[in-house]
Amino acid sequence: MYYFDHNATTPVSSEVLEAMLPLMTEVYGNASSIHHFGQAARQKLDAARRQVAAMVGAAAEEIVFTSGGTEADNLALIGTGGHAITTAVEHPAVLASCAQLASVTRVEVDSRGVVDPGAIRRALRPDTKIISVMHANNELGVIQPIAEIARIAREAGVVMHSDGVQAAGKIPVNVAELGVDLYSISGHKFYAPKGVGALYVRKGTRLSPTMHGGHHERDRRAGTENVPGAAGLGRAAQWMIDQGPAEWARLQALRDRLETGILERVPDSHVNGAGAPRTPNTSNIRFDGIDGEPLLIALDLRGFAVSSGSACSSGAQEPSHVLTAIGLTREQAKSSLRFSLGRANDAAQVDALIDAVAASVEHLRKLAPAYA
Amino acid sequence: MPETIAVAMSGGVDSSVVAGMLHRDGKRVIGLTMQLWNQRRLPEIAAGAPTGRCCSLDDVYDARHVAQHLGIPYYVVNFEDRFERQVVKPFVDEYLAGRTPIPCTLCNNFIKFDQFLEMADGVGASRIATGHYAQIAWNPDSGRWEMRRSADRAKDQTYFLFGLTQAQLARTLFPLGGFEKPQVRQLARELAIPTAAKPDSQEICFVPNGDYAAFIDAYFREQGISPRETRGEVVTTEGRVVGEHSGVHHFTVGQRRGLGVAAREPLYVISTEPATRRVVIGRNDDLLRATMRVQDVNWISIAPPTTPVRAEIKIRNKHAAAAATIAPIDQMRVEVHFDQPQRAVTPGQGAVFYSGDLVLGGGWIQ
Repeated sequence: MYYFDHNATTPVSSEVLEAMLPLMTEVYGNASSIHHFGQAARQKLDAARRQVAAMVGAAAEEIVFTSGGTEADNLALIGTGGHAITTAVEHPAVLASCAQLASVTRVEVDSRGVVDPGAIRRALRPDTKIISVMHANNELGVIQPIAEIARIAREAGVVMHSDGVQAAGKIPVNVAELGVDLYSISGHKFYAPKGVGALYVRKGTRLSPTMHGGHHERDRRAGTENVPGAAGLGRAAQWMIDQGPAEWARLQALRDRLETGILERVPDSHVNGAGAPRTPNTSNIRFDGIDGEPLLIALDLRGFAVSSGSACSSGAQEPSHVLTAIGLTREQAKSSLRFSLGRANDAAQVDALIDAVAASVEHLRKLAPAYA
Repeated sequence: MPETIAVAMSGGVDSSVVAGMLHRDGKRVIGLTMQLWNQRRLPEIAAGAPTGRCCSLDDVYDARHVAQHLGIPYYVVNFEDRFERQVVKPFVDEYLAGRTPIPCTLCNNFIKFDQFLEMADGVGASRIATGHYAQIAWNPDSGRWEMRRSADRAKDQTYFLFGLTQAQLARTLFPLGGFEKPQVRQLARELAIPTAAKPDSQEICFVPNGDYAAFIDAYFREQGISPRETRGEVVTTEGRVVGEHSGVHHFTVGQRRGLGVAAREPLYVISTEPATRRVVIGRNDDLLRATMRVQDVNWISIAPPTTPVRAEIKIRNKHAAAAATIAPIDQMRVEVHFDQPQRAVTPGQGAVFYSGDLVLGGGWIQ
């Protein structure tokens, strides 16, 4: 079985696991406790906070640990409130959080999936409190012009949030250069475990808590600190600081090999989001005339795990709102698959994937009378 | 690579046992659950509905649980678009056209033995298996796939399967056709199927409490269709107007309740007239018909006949098949002459032709 769905989640890496294990058995104190047990845990928590901060160019006290990307997005949006401006291609964690606010404007994207900063500016209203635009899209990998949008936010005096769940660990992130006030991170997207994430909160940004309880995380997120999770996130961040750039170059070469191979071998296949800046590991490809649902299942049965981008609560696939937002028809959206690469993948796996995709698409097209 | 069989898993006991039996017999099995209808739609009719609703998350959970127990690959596949287009919309349209449709047959014809077969093809499964109670066998003499009623007469589902073509039958397995239901429950326990004690489902899957009219009313509201468009007069067989009704879809031929008309003798719906939206009521004797026309006939166990054929014919699922002569009109249509007039021959229902256990074929009552 080869895994090509790293945008869904990643395995916990060995160095991350190693960093976490003692924090579940030996250093088990409550980081808020006064005694030595608590202080030992607190030390690990603070070290992790410095590592995460370093990965995104923040100060340690600007990092709030959360249960993951979804909570970080909820905290950013619901903790700010008011009228929000966002885009049509956001993750459901952002879209559903925005739906809880007073009002929301969803700005469209172009056929590559890129939002026009001018459209964000035109959506500004006197009651606008926050602009939320994802840094990189989960389905397409397309990178948004966050710095430009953040300048608009700053001029207008509104909070700038970016959902960085699909960017952190895949591209260089520097919150100061981006100019954002809030930035969401998820651990399991880059080899830390599920159940831990962080929200960068720029010093001076007003934010109401959405979890209520004790005085944890400087009163911004109540709940006993998940020290093992935070340490895992910190270690994963440190790995990205040390190894990220080399790994990203390697992944980009593999991704390009995959795209070139598929486009050469499979007639009438197209890269969705082509022409836009993209994360180095993500490729979303459309195969004319076939349904992505049997293609995904057939690939899984052949031993290749890929994604169609969107699933409903039963686990059935449904047309992605991202793909329809870039102008694809329902049918085209359903004929698209996402391939997302990661540390375990190599050239031999990519070549095997190309063979499997070519064979499966050919098989499905033979069955489709409409495809001539 | 060995042959792969795709099992349509609903989460119920029958299809779970099918997957378990085939797996036990060493077949390469994959489980697929068809997501047919989004239960979040029309929430007003789902309220208080019992379990076993089509495509409920509970059923998907059960099917997945069984697949995990067996250790077979399992996927949920999304057929919602086609189900609405080819089952739900025709179901609603048929009611409005004064007929009483059978969505299960439409689903079998267009979803379970069509789109599902395509999906099986797509994922590399050469055959499909379902938990239907019916039997399929190849007859080398006639060169046809034959269908017979299931060993368990009470569970027999051949009435809903008359649309299956030879090509579909060639690729379909009904492993439960030879079993009695208690044996299937026993098999479920032997195979340690986690849902062995789950009750059977009863109603049309997307109409949770069996109230078709309420479903159609809710569907109209969702689609922005005014209920006024379905209202009309209640008239007697002589044409006398005796009242008004709240929608033709509330009535089916032979129905006695809910007419809202007082009379000395029991009155029944004799027919509904789509053009005028009138509901015609009359006496029980007015419901008797000695002949009927059947269209879109599909011949299963015999080749399309050119001369009259004797058969026993079921005109609804719970009908005790009645002796009749079938006179072919053309390839797709026949005229049926019952030996004894039959009560409530209902346009839109299926007419299924039997010779003993053998299913000769069937079609739609005109």
